[in-house]
Amino acid sequence: MYTQALNTTEAEDRHVEDAARAAQFQARIDAEERIEPNDWMPAAYRKTLTRQISQHAHSEIVGMLPEGNWITRAPSLRRKAALLAKVQDECGHGLYLYAAAETLGASREELVDLMLAGKAKYSSIFNYPTLTWADIGVVGWLVDGAAIMNQIPLCRCSYGPYARAMIRVCKEESFHQRQGYEIMVTLARGSGEQKAMAQEALDRWWWPVLMMFGPPDQASQHSDTSTRWKIKRFSNDELRQKFVDATVPQAHYLGLSIPDPGMKQNETTGHWEYSAIDWDEFKQVLAGNGPCNRDRMAARRKAHDEGAWVREAAAAYAEKRKQRSAAKAA
Amino acid sequence: MATPNTPLWEVFIRSRNGLAHKHVGSLHAADATLALQAARDIYTRRGEGLSIWVVPSSAITASDPADKGMMFEPAESKIYRHPTFYEVPEEVGHM
Repeated sequence: MYTQALNTTEAEDRHVEDAARAAQFQARIDAEERIEPNDWMPAAYRKTLTRQISQHAHSEIVGMLPEGNWITRAPSLRRKAALLAKVQDECGHGLYLYAAAETLGASREELVDLMLAGKAKYSSIFNYPTLTWADIGVVGWLVDGAAIMNQIPLCRCSYGPYARAMIRVCKEESFHQRQGYEIMVTLARGSGEQKAMAQEALDRWWWPVLMMFGPPDQASQHSDTSTRWKIKRFSNDELRQKFVDATVPQAHYLGLSIPDPGMKQNETTGHWEYSAIDWDEFKQVLAGNGPCNRDRMAARRKAHDEGAWVREAAAAYAEKRKQRSAAKAA
Repeated sequence: MATPNTPLWEVFIRSRNGLAHKHVGSLHAADATLALQAARDIYTRRGEGLSIWVVPSSAITASDPADKGMMFEPAESKIYRHPTFYEVPEEVGHM
């Protein structure tokens, strides 16, 4: 999902740790206790979570770019206000998540610098362009819909600060999905041209959205440990199937077709069975060769660099005030 | 160049239902004024609160989770501190 690169990066390094403590830790997890920042935890648990939560945070921040692209061109003031609020929410989600990652001992600046240096990943989905207004509808409906599917189980993740951040995020995310679907309903009920635009956007986003859930279960390296630690409660394929089952009827309601001619409903299980996913495309996008990878990184670096004077000025002002009040007290 | 660190603040919000300020999360800001403004933007976008406190994280002294047995056990073993410990005849009714 937003941390899908976890599935592809190097294998965990194994630390030799106090076996008794590790067993005690696992017993707490098995008893559904929440692990809190100052509690003892295995180094690998800390490392996995720092990486997962910070990647999730980076995804929220980079995720502002494809939608921010349409704020000035939204078709009405109502749509513009909603989109602006949604993009602001994404920023807020990024900040809750960075704060959760920091409780594990990494500094915010260190995490942001890793992302700007291209050493930390963010979700592959944000490397696709938003070409028309219909894309904003599809992003809300499907990208946020997929994110909700993934984030709801994370509300019960074993790490307290991450779980609490996810509860806040999920509460806000439901507005995002509904505003996206409303855009789709409007287009689907509109002129032939509008309907075609909605279908064309769905055609472009469908497969990349399915890839958001990460590699198929048999290819995912990190799942076992993450499952044992109750960071992950459902497998990639389970969540993907849940998402497809929830989404297909919504597409039918819109009168749109899923761009998968081989898709059919299994009469026994009721599940919508989809065709093979092009995992080469996924690997290419993660490796930096998606349609917008370079644009996204350039935009983030530009924003960071152009904000440097604001950070410096705020720090200088705080320092000046501190010295003044110290002088007054003396 | 590495980005210099900005101080960390803990944010507490009192919701409209008359409850006490409650910890909601943390944020980075250069000073208290900016911390308050950032807390407004990050934690109260949907009318969550009527009052915000921001406290430098470095000002918080926390108990050590490793001591939790010693810290909290005394409260666990004193069941006579709870009303249900005492028996009141049924005829007396609710008390």
